[in-house]
Amino acid sequence: MSVRIHKAPLEIVPRYQARVLVRLRPSVLDPAGEATRGAASRLGVEGISKLRIGKAVEMELDAPDEAEARRRLELLSDRLLANPVIEDWSLELQDS
Amino acid sequence: MSIGVIVFPGSNCDRDVQWATEGCLGMTTRRLWHEETDLSGLNAVVLPGGFSYGDYLRCGAIARFAPALQALVDFAAQGGRVLGICNGFQVLTELGLLPGALTRNSELHFICEDAPLDVVSARSPWLQSYGSGGHLTLPIAHGEGRYQCSDDTLKQLQDEDAIALRYGHNPNGSVADIAGITNTAGNVLGLMPHPERACDPATGGVDGRAMLEALLD
Repeated sequence: MSVRIHKAPLEIVPRYQARVLVRLRPSVLDPAGEATRGAASRLGVEGISKLRIGKAVEMELDAPDEAEARRRLELLSDRLLANPVIEDWSLELQDS
Repeated sequence: MSIGVIVFPGSNCDRDVQWATEGCLGMTTRRLWHEETDLSGLNAVVLPGGFSYGDYLRCGAIARFAPALQALVDFAAQGGRVLGICNGFQVLTELGLLPGALTRNSELHFICEDAPLDVVSARSPWLQSYGSGGHLTLPIAHGEGRYQCSDDTLKQLQDEDAIALRYGHNPNGSVADIAGITNTAGNVLGLMPHPERACDPATGGVDGRAMLEALLD
């Protein structure tokens, strides 16, 4: 039987659930959204006056605290997940 | 004097470019895997068409982080000539070497046809031999070629004489009929049409030749 001695106390790094919603900026035409709106009407679903398609990116992230998690996700959203020339993004973050 | 063609996973026009530059025009050309970080010895770099990284996320969004492109930023800053064709143009905008973005064609179709083009600015070496106001015809083949930019960026492009090519008949809804732009210095050109597919008289005209010859002139 062996005994292990932990030299450092176990650190528990919190895990966060994040969702980034990426949307085309209002000024940018969304032809796929328009085509889908047309199909909605052909399905018989009336009254949809606006339909815009975006992306939802769901992530789990380990970070020391919420501020740091937010900082990393904001960087990611700005630099990779969205192209600020044509897209806006918003971040939802919660402890898991 | 040699030309480098950067190959990404999903590129599919890299050999076409090499056929045009080396096979048709006799310019030494080598293809470089995107993980290459050494661009020394090259006089010009081409980012070819295709679907780099499957165009995941957005066209060009992942390719932008390739090691070769970090080296390309320095290469361009030192005045090296960089030509981005189709997906290569999309990559250049994602990388920030050219302003604006390329988005889904307004009619959603993938368009594959010959496009009549007008030369707006002949100030850059790429289009000097065509002359301002000149006309040429190049093939286009894209689903996401609708050039988009802010009003401020459009004004800046106009003020800097950086709109290189316009469509004669706007096929995709691009702002101001834009088919290709250069950077401020003029050493970087991005365009949706394919000059490399218009170099061999056997397969569709030779209007693209002078543009590719400008890689090394």
